[in-house]
Amino acid sequence: MAKVKKSPWLLHYDGSSCNGCDIEVLASLTPVYDAERFGIENTGDPMQADIFLVTGGVNTQNRDVVRQLYEQMPNPKVVVAVGVCACTGGVFKDCYNILGGVDKVIPVDIYVPGCAARPQAIIDGLVKAIDLFEKRANEWETSLKGVKKGE
Amino acid sequence: MSMNSILWALAYLILAPFIGGLMEGFDRKISARMQRRVGPPLLQPFYDVKKLLNKEIIIVSRGQSLMMITYMLMMILTGVVFFLGMDLLMCFFVLSTAAAFLYFAAMITNSPYSTMGASRELVQMMAYEPAVLLCAVGLYLATGSFYVRDMIAGAWSPILKLPGIFIAFVFCLTIKLRKSPFDTSTSRHPHQELVKGLTTEMGARNLAFYTITEWYEIVFLMAVVALFIINSNPLSYVAAVIVVALVYFLEILIDNSSARIKWEKMIIMAWTCTLVFAGVNMIILMLIK
Repeated sequence: MAKVKKSPWLLHYDGSSCNGCDIEVLASLTPVYDAERFGIENTGDPMQADIFLVTGGVNTQNRDVVRQLYEQMPNPKVVVAVGVCACTGGVFKDCYNILGGVDKVIPVDIYVPGCAARPQAIIDGLVKAIDLFEKRANEWETSLKGVKKGE
Repeated sequence: MSMNSILWALAYLILAPFIGGLMEGFDRKISARMQRRVGPPLLQPFYDVKKLLNKEIIIVSRGQSLMMITYMLMMILTGVVFFLGMDLLMCFFVLSTAAAFLYFAAMITNSPYSTMGASRELVQMMAYEPAVLLCAVGLYLATGSFYVRDMIAGAWSPILKLPGIFIAFVFCLTIKLRKSPFDTSTSRHPHQELVKGLTTEMGARNLAFYTITEWYEIVFLMAVVALFIINSNPLSYVAAVIVVALVYFLEILIDNSSARIKWEKMIIMAWTCTLVFAGVNMIILMLIK
C-alpha cells in the first residue's frame, strides 16, 4: 500500500500574474493535456490541497495571503512556482511593490520557468512535484509511526 | 429477521464502501471519456481517501468531527435498516436525519462559504424530500407493505405499477447525489461560482469520512432503485443490476451535459416533476384500487 499516494490535489493561486501562466495552468488541466490522469484534482480549498501552485510574483499586498494559504495546507505539502515571475519576479522584479519570487515568502520546491510557462513544462513540474510529494508523504507516515512508538 | 437478511446487512456494511468507491471511479472514468480525455485510474477514489486519511489532521471546530462521524454512522444505519428488510419509511427518516447532521457539520464552522453551501444543502433536501416520501408511500400502495422484505417478495415488479414515481425518484436522485445541474451545495468540478461549499472547512480526515459516507449513500440509493425492479423471481435481480447501471449512466450523462442552475429553479423543477409524475401515478393507483 506504500505506492498508493497517487492523489495530488492542486491549489492554484494567482499572485500578481499577468494571467498568461494561469491560462496555461488551466490548459494543462483541460481535456487536451488532461492532468487528471495522474490523479490531479484542482481543488479550491487549501485545507484539502497537497500541491500549492503559484503563478506571478509576490507583492506587498499578497505576501500575507500566500503565507496564510501555505500555512493552512496540511502536511505533507509541495510548492510549485510556475513562470519566471513566480520564480524570481521576472520583468517586474525591480517594481517598487514587488518583493520578488514566491521563495521570498514560503519555501519553494519546484521552479517551472517560462513566460508564459508551457503546459508541457507545467505538467513536467507537476510530475516532479508528485514524486516529491510521495517522498514527503512516506516520510510523514514514518514520522507519525515514530511518534506513536515514542509514546 | 431471517439469517438471509442479516447476511445482506453485513454484506452492505463491509462491501458498500468498495462498491461505492468503484462506482465513483467508473463515474470519473466515464466522465473523462465523455470529455475525450484519458481520465484517472479506476481506483483513484481509493487513492484519494487513503491519502486524505494520512494527512495532517486539522480541526477547525471541535464539534465538526463529532457531527461528521454521526453523519457517517446514521448513513450506515440507513443502509443496514434497509438491507435487514425493515421499514422503508424508517430508512428514509434516518436518511434525512443523517443529512441534517451534514448540515450541522458545515454550519458549525461559521465560514461564509461553508454556511452558504449548508443552506443550499437544506434547499436541496427540501427539493428531493417529497419525491423520496412519495416513493415510500407509492411502494406501499403497490405492494401493500412498508417492509422491504415484503416489497421484494411480490409476484410483479413494483415499477409496473409505479412508472411515474420511478421517474420522479430518478430525477431527485440527481439532487441527492449532488450532480450537475443540482450541485449547488458542493461540487467536484472546479468551474462553478461556489466550488467546495459544504465541504470548504473540512480538514483532510473529515473529507475522507464525507467521501466514505457518500459511497455508502450511493449504494443505498441504488438499492432503492433496485427495489422498484426486484420481485420473487431470482432473474429480477439481474434486471435490477442492469437498471441500476443504466440509471447511474444516465446520472453521469446529465452531470456532464448540463450547467448548474439556481436553487429557485431547482425547487420548481423538482416539485413539478414530483407532482406531475409521482402525484398522477398515485392518484391513478388509488382510483384503480
